[in-house]
Amino acid sequence: MHVPDGFLDVPTSAATAALAAGTVAVALRQSRRELDDLTAPLAGLTACFVFAVQMMNFPVAAGTSGHLMGGALTAALVGPWTAVLCMTVVLLVQAVFFADGGLVALGTNVVLVGLVTVLVGWGLLRATTAVWSRSRTAVLAGAGLGAFLSVPAAALVFTALFAAGGVADVPVGTVAAFMTGVHGLIGLGEAAITVAVLGAVVAVRPDLVRGARHLARTGLAPRTDTGRTDTVRTDTVRTDTGRLDPTGSAR
Amino acid sequence: MSRRPRTRTVWLVGVAVALLVAGVASWYASGSPDGLEWAAGRAGFLGTAEDSAAAGSPLADYSVRGVDGGRLSGGLAGVAGVLVTLVLAGGLALLLRRRGDRTPRR
Repeated sequence: MHVPDGFLDVPTSAATAALAAGTVAVALRQSRRELDDLTAPLAGLTACFVFAVQMMNFPVAAGTSGHLMGGALTAALVGPWTAVLCMTVVLLVQAVFFADGGLVALGTNVVLVGLVTVLVGWGLLRATTAVWSRSRTAVLAGAGLGAFLSVPAAALVFTALFAAGGVADVPVGTVAAFMTGVHGLIGLGEAAITVAVLGAVVAVRPDLVRGARHLARTGLAPRTDTGRTDTVRTDTVRTDTGRLDPTGSAR
Repeated sequence: MSRRPRTRTVWLVGVAVALLVAGVASWYASGSPDGLEWAAGRAGFLGTAEDSAAAGSPLADYSVRGVDGGRLSGGLAGVAGVLVTLVLAGGLALLLRRRGDRTPRR
């Protein structure tokens, strides 16, 4: 769902651009809580992975196709604020270099693909683990449910924007019916890809997954690159007396 | 429990998968109109779409201008997009991160 220029009038596009810019500004500050030396490189990886998989349009019924949006998957992997930044970079690269999604419509696309999907995806993942269980099954089910619903949710928000500032004189009910119908189907693909990718990463390194870090703590401590547990930094473990200081308080 | 792969291994495998998907697997992507395009066509507002100001980009529409052959051109464009996205998003994340802190806080 990359909105081209021309679908929405300029005031609506300006409003979504302002909302997108404001959210990105907040995300630039809040993402710091999610990004450290371990997770920052994974944000770049997640963004370029989403760019790649968005190229893989899969066929949907009736001669149409869909592709992963990726907001729900990205939020589960790197956290919601970092996900907003990752998705914005993907959409910016697509609009500027690939003419995929309009330049005037960039704010609209950030709101739909980078904000609504992250919000719905992360919200349902957290809600599922809160009310059901914090098990791996619940994490994957919540991410899948969030991914599935994030696509028709974005379609509905597009319909609302079209009602507010659509250039063409088309009944909003008609737009809503076509948009939610086809995007409900695309959501099934979104859920399948999200669960498959998230399941694979959680299986090998749950500690790297923002929405599943607690799974790594319940079992044996995860092996890290230094062979030590994640809570011990190699440069703070020795006190002046040479004793181990697992809390790092001697720093 | 089997040994867990190193973070660097996970990262390298992930980037390799992204490059393969964008560079090779994308040859087999469906060429049908996507959901929005289809819905716009059926609802009757597809005609209001305008060309992007970036339509003249050398990578416009996921092909490299001047490179013949849909697969080679599309694959190269995909690889370029993956690398640009990796550098921009990864660089931004590295700038924003809490340095020297490997313990994620709540």
